[in-house]
Amino acid sequence: MIYFDNSATTKPYREVIESFVKVSEDYFGNPSSLHGLGANAEKLLSQARKQIAGLLSVKEAEVFFTSGGTEGNNIAIKGSVLSRSGRGKHIITTEIEHASVRAACEQLEAEFGFEVTFLKPDRDGKISPKDLKEALREDTILVSVMHVNNEVGSIQPIEDIGAILKEYPNALFHVDHVQGAGKIPLNLKNSGIDLCTLSAHKFHGLKGTGIIFIKEGIRLFPLFSGGSQESGIRSGTENVAGAVSVAKALRMVTEDRNSNNRLKEVNSYLRESLDAINGIEINSPAEAVSHILNFSLPGIKSEVFVHALEERNIYVSTTSACSSRKKSVSKTVYSMFDSEERAESTVRISLSYQNTLQEARAVVQAIAETVSKLKSVMR
Amino acid sequence: MKYDHILIRYGEISTKKRNRKIFVDRLKSHIKRALKDFESIQVEADRDRMYVYLNGTPHEEVVKRIHGIFGIQSFSPAFKIEKDAEAMKESILRYGESLKGRFTTFKISARRADKEFSYSTDEINHMLGGHLLRNLEGIKVDVKNPDLNIRVEVRQEAVFVTGEVIPGAGGLPVGSAGRAMLMLSGGIDSPVAGFLSLKRGIELECIHFHSPPFTSERSKQKVVDLTEKLSKVCGSIKLHVVPFTAIQELIQKQIPENYTMTSTRRLMLKVADRIRERNDGLAIITGESLGQVASQTLNSMYAINEVTATPVLRPLITMDKTEIMDIARDIETLDISNRPYEDCCTVFTPSNPKTKPKREKVNFYESFVDFESLIEEAVDNTEILTISAASSAEEDSGLF
Repeated sequence: MIYFDNSATTKPYREVIESFVKVSEDYFGNPSSLHGLGANAEKLLSQARKQIAGLLSVKEAEVFFTSGGTEGNNIAIKGSVLSRSGRGKHIITTEIEHASVRAACEQLEAEFGFEVTFLKPDRDGKISPKDLKEALREDTILVSVMHVNNEVGSIQPIEDIGAILKEYPNALFHVDHVQGAGKIPLNLKNSGIDLCTLSAHKFHGLKGTGIIFIKEGIRLFPLFSGGSQESGIRSGTENVAGAVSVAKALRMVTEDRNSNNRLKEVNSYLRESLDAINGIEINSPAEAVSHILNFSLPGIKSEVFVHALEERNIYVSTTSACSSRKKSVSKTVYSMFDSEERAESTVRISLSYQNTLQEARAVVQAIAETVSKLKSVMR
Repeated sequence: MKYDHILIRYGEISTKKRNRKIFVDRLKSHIKRALKDFESIQVEADRDRMYVYLNGTPHEEVVKRIHGIFGIQSFSPAFKIEKDAEAMKESILRYGESLKGRFTTFKISARRADKEFSYSTDEINHMLGGHLLRNLEGIKVDVKNPDLNIRVEVRQEAVFVTGEVIPGAGGLPVGSAGRAMLMLSGGIDSPVAGFLSLKRGIELECIHFHSPPFTSERSKQKVVDLTEKLSKVCGSIKLHVVPFTAIQELIQKQIPENYTMTSTRRLMLKVADRIRERNDGLAIITGESLGQVASQTLNSMYAINEVTATPVLRPLITMDKTEIMDIARDIETLDISNRPYEDCCTVFTPSNPKTKPKREKVNFYESFVDFESLIEEAVDNTEILTISAASSAEEDSGLF
């Protein structure tokens, strides 16, 4: 099997699963319990928090555990604007956000009377700081921009945006770091980021675990009412085993990142080889991240293509996994190129540090054969 | 900038005469320990200065670690240039650019150890100063009181340059002042008292009173975590955990309620003094601040201190709570101290403790009870933990 769909989800590290099992079995106490079992669980929870804080270079009190990216994005976006609606009603985000950001903003607009500006990316899949500047208003209370786009892998100018927002103290800055975590370093402190979402299953952690960074001093309206766990941000008995597994996964992926320089090589091989195949248009910009490569096959239905590769035991995606069931065109690719044909036929290859050049060669060969076969059939 | 070495100035040590070597050796060993995971680094010391040779190690992390070490007045990263006028000009300009915005006035102070060098000191000063003035905007020369004094030293092997002076942590090297025992409760004040003692060179051991089931494992963990924070300064710290339940129960039974606090403190001090004696300590340190609570009035201290002739050091005695909290925040103990668990001081607090206890009275009350055997038992059963910043991270390492 060749798994090239790592932006949909990754295979958990074996060590991460082992930690989860061990903590679930041996430290099952509720961290809020007064007795020793509770204290031991609480100790693990705070050790996990500490390790994550260290890896992200932030304070322990700024790390909160969530169930993943969607929950993190909802807590950050709704939690911040609902606590700041007295200061303004305007939100800025982009056209190429993950559904959990876009839909949250749309809901706030439709149901809660907020006004949302969606910034359009250029053909490189990047939004321009200049557009942001023009969109900013006195009553802008939140700017939410993803770090790495999940479909084409473009990297947004987070530091530039953070610098611009320094002059708008009214506006909080949220970054969806789900696709960047463990791959592209992001300096939370120096980029002026107030809120940042991570999801562990994208970096070889487990589904249902994630982190949100909330800068010290920022108040969020809690979306869950309950026992005030996680400082009231996320009530509900803490998932201690999950928290420990996130800490371990983040450590391991960071080590992989620091020791692996193969990814870039695999990416450039794929890019060059696929670009040379007749009928393939590369959508990922040249300076995109190494682990995501998006291309279109105008004239071929991408769903058919994905299944054809699957027959050869190769796994890739059409568009982002979360929206691909809705049969929609790729919103990001459409935004970038304004071409429906191109947006309908996108395929995304997404790599992990475990993938090899050898696998890439096999995939290129399979793609070339599949394309020529499908072309002859579909014409 | 790529630096060659870091020059360290001793500060107060340099006023010491005969025992200076001891101080310098201590400091050297602390610096070596703080940098021990950088293999290529070498540390050399002479009477007036210490030199950390980087040998290719990036300086940022090294600077960060040196920053927290007591006994250093200031330090300066230094770089090396080949003995060539053009190379010197280019390097000085790059250096000036790297410090852009952090100085507006400067001077060049050249020295020649190598008198054969083809430029005189004046010529070097003019050449390099002129080059900076021509190429950097918004700076000017001030020979009397410059923001940045760039020292250029021409030696046989190369030219060495230092400029930026980074203030160090001050104080004296930890361990150079002898050993003392800190009474560590888990509150905000005692860790700060410990930190300030470390700053003046004291080798610290901590004593904590643990009264299960009245105080929980969590409150003990709190103290372990506080000790760990303190151990960052000096490598590792011994923590003595005294089982105090039996003594506390006897006090509750035998001493009138408004005197229980005074008696408790006296017995804690007695136990601490016994532990100090066994471990060759020379003083006891507390986090007391005058008038903060009932046990910290002068009358209380007078009644409590009666039980020992050992010096009791109170580094916080004249400080306000807000000043103490500021330091606690800086040394990252405040959040730990604020965890809401009962500790040995809070659980038995009477509703109406005496703020002006009398020695005669407390001695009278205590005279009906034999605490001596309980004190011995507590000291004998004291658990000794060695806490270092690394040890707690290694715990359960398999899980993380």
